[in-house]
Amino acid sequence: MSNIPSELKYATSHEWVRDEGDGTFTVGITEHAQELLGDMVFVELPEVGDEVDAGEDCAVAESVKAASDIYAPIGGEIVAINEELEDSPETVNNDPYTDGWLFRIKASDTSELDNLLDAEGYANTIDED
Amino acid sequence: MTSKTVLHAKHLEAGAKMVDFHGWEMPINYGSQIEEHNAVRTDAGMFDVSHMTIVDIQGEQAQAFLRKLVANDVAKLTVSGKALYTGMLNEEGGVIDDLIIYFFSETNYRLVVNSATREKDLAHLAKVSADFAVTVTERPEFAMIAVQGPNARAKTATVLNAEQQAAVEGMKPFFGVQAGDLFIATTGYTGEDGYEIVVPNDQAADLWQQLLDAGVAPAGLGARDTLRLEAGMNLYGLDMDESVSPLAANMAWTIAWEPEDRKFIGREVLEQQRADKSTDKLVGLVLEEKGVLRSGLKVIVEGGEGVITSGTFSPTLGHSVALARVPRSTGETAQVEMRKKLVNVKVVKPCFVRNGKSVI
Repeated sequence: MSNIPSELKYATSHEWVRDEGDGTFTVGITEHAQELLGDMVFVELPEVGDEVDAGEDCAVAESVKAASDIYAPIGGEIVAINEELEDSPETVNNDPYTDGWLFRIKASDTSELDNLLDAEGYANTIDED
Repeated sequence: MTSKTVLHAKHLEAGAKMVDFHGWEMPINYGSQIEEHNAVRTDAGMFDVSHMTIVDIQGEQAQAFLRKLVANDVAKLTVSGKALYTGMLNEEGGVIDDLIIYFFSETNYRLVVNSATREKDLAHLAKVSADFAVTVTERPEFAMIAVQGPNARAKTATVLNAEQQAAVEGMKPFFGVQAGDLFIATTGYTGEDGYEIVVPNDQAADLWQQLLDAGVAPAGLGARDTLRLEAGMNLYGLDMDESVSPLAANMAWTIAWEPEDRKFIGREVLEQQRADKSTDKLVGLVLEEKGVLRSGLKVIVEGGEGVITSGTFSPTLGHSVALARVPRSTGETAQVEMRKKLVNVKVVKPCFVRNGKSVI
């Protein structure tokens, strides 16, 4: 069974969201997602300053198996990206919830968070896979 | 209903992620495909290839049968144990399967064919052999373990008995020898040194465990694919199939044109294709920027287009490589349509890595 931390919010497309408490939200992909994708070889991230809408594809995780779009779970401005992934994409496999984060969004409308799942809700969606 | 090899429990024990591979439940990886790949390039790794089909051909006309069946000429084999890679073709010159043939004597050969093509291969063997005094015997009582990598021979030696060690001592590439209960061959599918070992089913798990204890890393089908692709070795069903001529699949070297009166199946069509230069060719593609070339993508070349037959990220090189079937006119560069944009790729010979090093 995959690790699904209870303090995070989740999108059905396998992104997680962490509230940083300052209006910004960190986004990554779940352990389940990295397991499905296999060894990561390239991660293409948005640029700092980009405006993204909730549900917009804004990054690509390319593994040995496939290239997979990453969707912005909420809308807003990209305020940081994880540049370490350029040289070490495998961090997404090894530490998907910590060092393997992808980007940070300054939310334009925090009510969009209500559309995301809690850990239990996400666990139920992946059981159905 | 999926089949399991006799090593199935050993895979689960090692934490393998199992997938359905043409009806066989096989390990895709044991955690990290890239780490397994690197183990084979730098040390020693092992693959369960028990799903592959072993067929022994024996009888007075074994040689004559095989000279008809395959494009290469088994009459070139004169030293016992010597192996030959080739294709068996249909009358239209398409590849029914690629295989390795081991020669023991002119009345005794061993074939190793693919698992995904087992049924049609056996049907074809039965049909062609009907005109010859031979017996065709499948050997499902054997499992097979491929041990590959620069340290593969040394680590395997530690689990062999003295008689077996003597039998394989100094064995050249592409040979096989029966040593006690094991048939040990210096063949493989990775571009590295090593062995493919045919072992009786009831001894396979013990041999696997001994190799594991000797420091050989288990490696799954994922690593097997990236290793063979880096080595420029074809995968049946992707890089060639029944609709593809061996001349369009970098298999011209596996066809023996001499003697001219040897009428192997498919010869007439191949001779015409060769004279007309009418087939495409298989090349290597190298993408130095980000992204991964994948099977099925369109390749745009001067004066035409082709297709990527297999593509991957190359862990050894740190970028993507692919095999592609393209028009003969293809020059030194091409473009590939990837994720809605065109990227430039270099066109090279279809071989990227040998013995751990780049050969691009």
